[in-house]
Amino acid sequence: MILPKEFWEALWVTVRLATATTALLAVIGVPIAQWLARGKGRVHLMAEALLTLPIVLPPTVIGFYLLVMFSPQTAVGGMWTRVMGQPLPFSFAGLVVGSVIYSLPFAIQPFRAGLAGVSRELLDVARISGAGRVGTFWHVTLPTAWSGIAAGMVLSFAHTLGEFGVVLMLGGSIPGRTKVVSIALYDEVQKMDYAAANAYSAALLGVAFILILGVTLLQRRRGE
Amino acid sequence: MRLALIFLIMAATLARADEVSVAAAADLTYCLPAINAAFEKANPGVKVKTTFGSSGNFFAQIKSGAPFDVFLSADIQYPLALEKAGMAGDAQVYAKGRLALWTMNAGLDVSKGLAMLSGTEVKRVAIANPDHAPYGRAAKAALTHEGLWDAVSPKLVYGENIAQTAQFAQTGNADAGLVALSLVMAPSMAGKGHYFEIPADEYPAIDQAAVVTRAGSGKGLAEAYVAYLKSSEARKILEQFGFQLPK
Repeated sequence: MILPKEFWEALWVTVRLATATTALLAVIGVPIAQWLARGKGRVHLMAEALLTLPIVLPPTVIGFYLLVMFSPQTAVGGMWTRVMGQPLPFSFAGLVVGSVIYSLPFAIQPFRAGLAGVSRELLDVARISGAGRVGTFWHVTLPTAWSGIAAGMVLSFAHTLGEFGVVLMLGGSIPGRTKVVSIALYDEVQKMDYAAANAYSAALLGVAFILILGVTLLQRRRGE
Repeated sequence: MRLALIFLIMAATLARADEVSVAAAADLTYCLPAINAAFEKANPGVKVKTTFGSSGNFFAQIKSGAPFDVFLSADIQYPLALEKAGMAGDAQVYAKGRLALWTMNAGLDVSKGLAMLSGTEVKRVAIANPDHAPYGRAAKAALTHEGLWDAVSPKLVYGENIAQTAQFAQTGNADAGLVALSLVMAPSMAGKGHYFEIPADEYPAIDQAAVVTRAGSGKGLAEAYVAYLKSSEARKILEQFGFQLPK
């Protein structure tokens, strides 16, 4: 069965969401993971627990809290609306916020593992050679930790592709804006269009498998 | 050995507990607990277990054999489709749902009806998904009937079921919503926001139909429950929640 226009529209929203989420997670996740990897103590412990929380939290909880917190009638919601021009619920930006929280541990854990593998000696050599903090990070830490960081990015991308609960609570199923493939699939089932549901499922399964294959390859290469 | 026997007897007693499990469309969220309480009072020792959700979702689940005894759909199409698939008995209409325009925003005047939705102060309007939700279909029909579909459709956000649609409006995330009257007229919603009942001739009838599923077909209790929906006590409650009653 040829996939209809609605599927490609939903796929485009999904890919945009996963890309935006992954990019944001890379930017904020790597420094956080670096801080976690280099530190011990109670603050680090609490932070790590909090950042790992989304793994066990039902996604509907994340969606629910965002929906209630950012309703235009609340102080936080009002502020967001003034800055962004529209309320957080039912917006693409809202989905990105939800997805970042949802996929946070899937990015930070692999980042941390990769960064923790950068040996102290290597960093000392770089410092002695005169590289500044930024230079060391960019030319020594990142390349060494690269496969861990790449794995984290691919994982959060793949994880966001499959997101459903958060989007269901927060999205409003708006075609072209917040209707992702998982929601479109759900709608097709309710419409009793099982042929479409099957096609969407197979396509998503294929994409997910290819991505996970990539992660597996990356992790194997790091082990060698 | 004796312990196992005791457990077996206990389990058998528990399993035989007079219970009927009902899959109910979300527009019955506030109305059905009242009806169930009356049914349980009239039938001591009986317990009604209810699950609320979208009619379309329940249809898919029951078609695949989900263990609900009774299905209360927000329309007649899904029960008829189940009947055709041999997964349910005769569909019986026990009420007609009504559509209402609802807003929590005191600044919006609902007395003029749907026309108000095209104004610039209204940025988002919540309706249930017209592709599969009976109240969504009705909302689309009413908007089209008044020639407002083109103006309003860019502002639409879609609820997965009618209860979520109402929640979007109630939390103020949508400026207004086209929701089931039965949700707005619930005592817990009294005094919250303003509503306007959309004239019934603007949308196709939302026939609320009940069926006993194949899973519940052996159970006399399931048949009794569906019959109870047409009793005078149940009809009184349905009327209080804004449902229209068939003769």
